[in-house]
Amino acid sequence: MTIQFNDETFRDDYSFYNSDRAIKRFPFPFHEDSYMYSVNMEQHRGGPVDSIYEKRFDVDEHYLSEMRDRAMVLADDPLRCQSLPHMTLAGWDLLELIMVSKSEDYPDLFELHRDGNKWRWINKPMGIDDTFTFLDEATLPYGPMEYITRQAQGDFAVLDQRDDNLWMDAGMITTQADWSLDFDLGMNFFEWHAPVPLAHEKGIFIRALKFLLNIQQGAPARRLNWTMTVNPLLDTSPENYHKWGVQKTEIAPENLGSKQHLRVELQTFFRLPRSNALVFPIRCYLCSFQDLMTVPKWGRRLHRVIRDLPEELATYKGFIDNRPMMLDYLSKFDDGQPTSDGIWPDLETEPALKK
Amino acid sequence: MSGAEKIAVKVTDVVPLNDLVTRFKFERTDGGLLPTFSGGAHTVVEMNDGGITRLNPYSLMSDPMDQSAYTISVRRDDEGRGGSLFMHKQVKVGDEMVISYPVNLFSLDLRARKHLFIAGGIGITPFLAQVKQLERFNGNWELHYSCRSEALGSYVGELTDHHPNETHIYYDDQKQMIDLAHLLDGQPLGTHVYVCGPKGMIDWVRKTAAAEGWPREAIHYEEFLAPQPGKPFEVKLAISNKIIQVGESESLLEAMEREGVDAPYLCRGGACGQCETDVIDYSGNFIHRDHWLDDAEHSSGKKIMPCVSRFEGKTLVLDR
Repeated sequence: MTIQFNDETFRDDYSFYNSDRAIKRFPFPFHEDSYMYSVNMEQHRGGPVDSIYEKRFDVDEHYLSEMRDRAMVLADDPLRCQSLPHMTLAGWDLLELIMVSKSEDYPDLFELHRDGNKWRWINKPMGIDDTFTFLDEATLPYGPMEYITRQAQGDFAVLDQRDDNLWMDAGMITTQADWSLDFDLGMNFFEWHAPVPLAHEKGIFIRALKFLLNIQQGAPARRLNWTMTVNPLLDTSPENYHKWGVQKTEIAPENLGSKQHLRVELQTFFRLPRSNALVFPIRCYLCSFQDLMTVPKWGRRLHRVIRDLPEELATYKGFIDNRPMMLDYLSKFDDGQPTSDGIWPDLETEPALKK
Repeated sequence: MSGAEKIAVKVTDVVPLNDLVTRFKFERTDGGLLPTFSGGAHTVVEMNDGGITRLNPYSLMSDPMDQSAYTISVRRDDEGRGGSLFMHKQVKVGDEMVISYPVNLFSLDLRARKHLFIAGGIGITPFLAQVKQLERFNGNWELHYSCRSEALGSYVGELTDHHPNETHIYYDDQKQMIDLAHLLDGQPLGTHVYVCGPKGMIDWVRKTAAAEGWPREAIHYEEFLAPQPGKPFEVKLAISNKIIQVGESESLLEAMEREGVDAPYLCRGGACGQCETDVIDYSGNFIHRDHWLDDAEHSSGKKIMPCVSRFEGKTLVLDR
C-alpha cells in the first residue's frame, strides 16, 4: 500500500485535513457510551489490517507535515528535545527499535542496511540516506534519540527505570496535550502525574506503574488516551499557551464542527534492550467533530460521553467552558438508538442517523 | 499468559568449569539472532524433568551485544529440588530447550560515576555481562569477588587476565575477606554498589553500607532463591474455585500451574514481585522466603509470594 502524504499545516491557516481513509481508521477512544479512567492496557502486537494498531509505529498521510511542524517547534524552542547524559544508550536503543520496525513494516518507504556497526538508513519520504556507526554519536548530525524522532510521528518520552520507579530523563515532546518536558525532566512517575484529578484516589497510578515496570522485552503494550483541542494544533504546550489558549474562545455554534477536534493519543510502551529503559511513544491523532459525525455510531456515543463526563475531568481536559456548546452540536447526532460495543466504526452494521 | 516471551534454542556447548559449576551455551533453533539485553538480565530456562516442568532463572553472562548466543553458568545444588541437577546431568549438546526473553531486575544505574561490584560464588555471573557492557563504553568499575577456594573460583582466570587492575579475588579457604568498611569508605561520590551472592553476603553489604550512611538507592542486590522443599499443604483458590495440594518438592506456584491456574510470574525466585498474591483467609503459619514483601507485609498474613514461600497449617485461602 502506498501512502499519499498530505501537504498541510497545524498552525496559522490550519490546512490539516483527514482523508476518508484517515477518518475510518481514526482511533475513536470510547468502547462504550461512558468514560472513566482505567489502566486499559493491552498487548501491542498488531491489529486489524490498515488500523492504527497494525504496525509497531503507524505511518500515515500526515507524516511529512507533522515532521515539518516538529522541525519548526524545535527551531523556536530546542528544549522540547532533551536527554540527560545517562540516557544516550537508551537513545540508541530507540533509534534501533524505530529503524528496524519501520524498515520491516514499511519496506517501500524505509530501508535499513547493517554491516556490523556500519549502518545505512534510507528514509524515502523525507529524502534521507545516511550512513553512520551505531553507538558512535559523532557520526550522526544529532544525538540518536533526536535524530530518529525527527523522523517519527508522535512524542517520545524515554523513561529510566530504577528504584522501582520510572524517571522522565529524556524525550522529544512537540505534540503534547499541555505538558512540558522541560518542566517534567528528571521527575518520577508520581511526580509528573501529580496534576491528574481522580486517578490518584482510585489507585490508578500505583497499578499503572506496577504494570509498566514489568513490561518486558518483546512484549510491548498500548492504550488510548484523549482530550479536546480547538483547531488542529499539534503543539498545545504550556510554553505556548498564550498563543493557543485564547483560541478556545473562538469557538461558536457555526464553526464548532470544523474547529473542535477530538485529540486521541495512541500510547505504546516498549522495553529497550541495552539500557533497560522504557520508551513511551505518544502518538497524537486529530479529528474534527464534523468528520467524526460521518460515523453514526461515533456521533451517538461522543454525545453521551461528553454529556456524562464528571466535571473534574472536563475541567482537567480543558473544555468545561465549551461543553454546553459542544453538547448543543453533538445532540443533533444522537437519536437515542443503542450503539455496538467496541471502538470500531461498524459502518456496515450500525443504523444511519434517524432524523 | 504468564512470564516473559519464549525463545526456542538448542544447546551448542556444555563446559564443566569445576566441581560445582557448568556453563551452557544456547543458540536459536531457527538460526536467527537472539535479542540484545542489558547487563544483569536473566533468562528463565524451562526443563522437562521426567514429566515435571521446572522453570529456573539464570543470569546471562555473555556479552549483551552478542546476538549469536547466550551463555549461563549453573551451580549444582545437591540439596535442591533438582533443577540444577537436571541441567548438570541431563542436558547435552544438541538438546532443544525453551528459554525466556531477557528480563533485568539487576540493572546498572547508568548515572553512576563508578560501579563497585561485590560477588560471592556463582553470584559472579551477572557481573560478567555488566563488565562487558561497561568495557564497551569505557565505564569505571571495580570487582571484589569472594570464592570458596581456587579450585571453585569460576572465571577468576579470565577476569584477572583481562582486567588485572579492576579485579580483586578473595579465597575463603585462605582466610581472605573483603575489607568492606574500608572499601566503601574509599569510594568516590556517585559510586553505586552491586552485590550478588548468598543472602548473608547481601545482608552484610546492605547493613554495612547503611551504617556508613550510603543512600539506599546506591546499593543494588540480586539473589535468586530456589524454592525449598517442605511439608505438603492444601490451598483453596477462591477465584478458580479449586482446592489443590502442594507437594513436598514443588512450589505453590508450580502446584497452581499443574492444576491449570494461570498465575502470573516472572523471575520465580522471590525477587520481581509479579506473582504477589492476596491471602483471603488462613489458619496456620506462613514460611515467607521472598525478597519482595517487607517485614510488615510478611507478618500481616495478607500476602504471599507463591514462587518461593510455603505454608504450614490448617486453612489457606488465596485470591487466585
